[in-house]
Amino acid sequence: MAKKPQLAIDTRPWRDPKAKPFVRIRNVTKKFGDVSAVHDVSLDIYKSELFCLLGGSGSGKSTLLRMLAGFETPTSGTIEIDGQDMTQVAPYNRPVNMMFQSYALFPHMNVEQNIAYGLKRDGLPKAEISARVAELLALVKLQDYGARKPHQLSGGQRQRVALARALAKRPKLLLLDEPLGALDKKLREETQFELVKIQETLGVTFIVVTHDQEEAMSLATRIGVMNQGEIAMIGEPTDIYEFPNSKFVANFIGSANMVEGVVTEDEPDHVRIRSDELGCDIHVGHGVDCAPDQILWWAIRPEKLHLSRDKPAGIHGANVTRGMVEDIGYLGDMSVYQVLLDSGMRLRVTQTNTVRGNPDAITWDEQVYVTWGDTSGSVLTV
Amino acid sequence: MRRGWFLPIAASLGFAFLYAPIVSLVIFSFNESKLVTVWSGFSTKWYGELFSDPQLLGAAWLSLQIAAISASIALVLGTLAAVALVRFRRFKGRTLFSGMVSAPLVMPDVITGLALLLLFVAMESTLGWPQGRGMLTIVIAHATFCTAYVCVVVQSRLSDFDRSLEEAAMDLGASPLRTFFDITLPIIAPALVSGWLLGFTLSLDDLVIASFVSGPGSSTLPMVIFSKVKLGVSPDVNALATIIIAIVALGVLAATILQLRARPKRARG
Amino acid sequence: MTTAHEPTIPPPRRLRPWNAVERRLARVGITGRMLVLIAPVLWLLVFFLVPLAVVFGISLATKQFGRPPYSALLSTEEGTVQLTLHLSNYIRLFTDNLYVAAYLSSIRIAAIATVITLLIGYPMAYAIARAPDRWRNILLMLVVLPFFTSFLLRVYALTGFMRGNGVINQFLGLFGIEPLVMMQTDFAVYVGIVYTYLPFMILPLYTTLVKLDTALFEASADLGARPARTFLSVTLPLSMPGIVAGSMLVFIPAIGEFVIPSLLGGPGTLMIGRVLWDEFFTNTNWPRAAAVAMAMLVVVVVPIMLLQRAQSAVVEK
Repeated sequence: MAKKPQLAIDTRPWRDPKAKPFVRIRNVTKKFGDVSAVHDVSLDIYKSELFCLLGGSGSGKSTLLRMLAGFETPTSGTIEIDGQDMTQVAPYNRPVNMMFQSYALFPHMNVEQNIAYGLKRDGLPKAEISARVAELLALVKLQDYGARKPHQLSGGQRQRVALARALAKRPKLLLLDEPLGALDKKLREETQFELVKIQETLGVTFIVVTHDQEEAMSLATRIGVMNQGEIAMIGEPTDIYEFPNSKFVANFIGSANMVEGVVTEDEPDHVRIRSDELGCDIHVGHGVDCAPDQILWWAIRPEKLHLSRDKPAGIHGANVTRGMVEDIGYLGDMSVYQVLLDSGMRLRVTQTNTVRGNPDAITWDEQVYVTWGDTSGSVLTV
Repeated sequence: MRRGWFLPIAASLGFAFLYAPIVSLVIFSFNESKLVTVWSGFSTKWYGELFSDPQLLGAAWLSLQIAAISASIALVLGTLAAVALVRFRRFKGRTLFSGMVSAPLVMPDVITGLALLLLFVAMESTLGWPQGRGMLTIVIAHATFCTAYVCVVVQSRLSDFDRSLEEAAMDLGASPLRTFFDITLPIIAPALVSGWLLGFTLSLDDLVIASFVSGPGSSTLPMVIFSKVKLGVSPDVNALATIIIAIVALGVLAATILQLRARPKRARG
Repeated sequence: MTTAHEPTIPPPRRLRPWNAVERRLARVGITGRMLVLIAPVLWLLVFFLVPLAVVFGISLATKQFGRPPYSALLSTEEGTVQLTLHLSNYIRLFTDNLYVAAYLSSIRIAAIATVITLLIGYPMAYAIARAPDRWRNILLMLVVLPFFTSFLLRVYALTGFMRGNGVINQFLGLFGIEPLVMMQTDFAVYVGIVYTYLPFMILPLYTTLVKLDTALFEASADLGARPARTFLSVTLPLSMPGIVAGSMLVFIPAIGEFVIPSLLGGPGTLMIGRVLWDEFFTNTNWPRAAAVAMAMLVVVVVPIMLLQRAQSAVVEK
């Protein structure tokens, strides 16, 4: 395995086997009729984490979130929050608040009344409520907007009111359903960092549901990738991207070139895979849990591949293949090359455009060599 | 799209057809002559006559009371029914229930009237209640069919209601009942108002059902008008019609203006 | 660094009375749902479903003098319970020409009137749906306004319009045209139904038409269809649910109409609502009236089912 940066273990409680999880989801299944929306999911989330549930539509991520909020009851399994079993507790009795995808701001109440609503339900004295509301308005930088009605606010402002309202009761756990989904791209990027900042200052545990992988990557401490009601992989963003555990994760996150191959050498320190699709052997510079002659898959990200006109040396006579540039997509910061191999397979290669208007750049119909490092790809067995 | 000449002309003729009889009725209510269709000079004497007719005034008062009470009963029942139909996806007898709620909308009046009358008679002879027929039985009958109308109006508002608003309230600690009063009710309030108004006008307008279930001495306004009209056109009915049309027109106008004012908000919110 | 300030202890929870009530009710098996359902269910059972059953029961009795003016179905004589069912009312419905003719003529009049209403209402609904935004609401209000004014008074207004010396004939007289006989004819009944039920036709039609994307018409025109072709192959099929819903909303109540035939129709205008009324009020033959009502119910059941199907299609997007 490649070396990961060594951070202090106390900021990453999931690496500490003795750490006590804050939210424990145990074997939770939710069926609607005969269809299981969530199937046997177990998941531990730790205090002050910003955990992202990432998945496509119908992956069960929203159902899981709604079970945490109490809007759905699991068909089987338990949900524990801060050591207490919450499985059967009604939403209005949970120490959990939610920020809704549509924001669900009460249209007949102004911003202050919206934020104060939860506090009023707890029967706090008036003075305390207004102090808390002012504090929250300051937190989301909407001090001057307290008297406005939701329809008088912009999308970004509404999003902030929704966040403030959800935070008002100082929940132990905040659930966010596609918190940035309704914002346009530019605003989304700004708000993203704002959200992380607020989460870090308050130290509240966040669980965010999103279908946007970039959002998940930049927000999360850890990501749970969901597929068809099950958790496909849990890990830090770098793990998910660089060390996917399955074909599904490799394809779902970012883009990947995927080839099929047969194990020809299986040593503790390296593996050799023959791939007819690539037209060359793959030398993997670390041991892999596999057997000789086993058929498996090898995935590599487009930016881990290099293009050259001259034949590179390769590694142990492997990791070099040849093809023709079939198409180039110019994206500004980088270019995407589609390289047609002799086998008929197409590889996707990205190259950073470091030189402005480079006249010597590789162009259409050129014969090129493609090469990669011995730890750049992932060997996948499922 | 290009606009042809056909649609505007067809629409104008249609509106002319809708309004010409009403307009002529209003005009002739100010006619001096008793011959309703021959203009002989401006006069408001028929209005004066109207207000000195105790039978008519009594019937009007009775009708207003019946309309207000039955619309209010229907408001409660129709709202509950709408909540059940929109919110409870599955329950035993849902199909029967939704059929029972919506059938009075299209049930011919003569059937509804006859059925309720026969029920009241049967109940009186077996249970001893209701004793005789009159305001109470009319109210029950009107509340029954108005419930259907209220239910339709509230149902359509509830079904495009964002459920996450209610979930948000519960998430913030409000019980289901509290949520209903804090969130649901204020948001569907306009639908409740129009449901009530609809029930009120329908009750005020009903002739057939009331004729079946009313008893001696409890003639509603439409019943009195009908018996007058059967005898031929009478100018004081013209005057009465003009007053009713004026009230309704003002009411609908006010409602439309309110709605138009509220609209830019809803479009964005 | 992540725990800059630990969330303070959650504020004390006030005891919520509703929670306690809810728990107590749940213990005896009463849920919130039941509380919502109980009132409307009971009301509709007692005042809608049971009455229909009573009508059916009484339709199997015979007329007799006294109060109530019909024979009892169940009688006890010397300890035995006797159930007496008379089918005579139903037999009469099929054998007496009056009833058969009344049913057929009701259906005919209602059907013709519905078609006329559709022909008048469709262009109006279409014009309103295509009108500029600010006009649309005003036009809709103008359609709804007469609906809110008294039905009875609108029929009455028509009598003033169509009488021998009414507005129309006076107008025709200006051109030297002989007065037309309109009142007390089937024609007047058609006019009456069209006039009073037009809003019921326009509203569902408008609802379906306004939802149609104008791009559909543009696409059709772009693909070479002339306006008439576009109307036939795009607009008309897509507005079918509105057409069915609107037509049924006119047809069903028109079949049982009483006020219009009795104020505008002549003695020859046979309609079943009027027959029922006379049977009940004039002949005080309650069992016969009940049988007429049951038969009328059978006639309107299919249109009601059609209506319900169409309505769910109108409401959907």
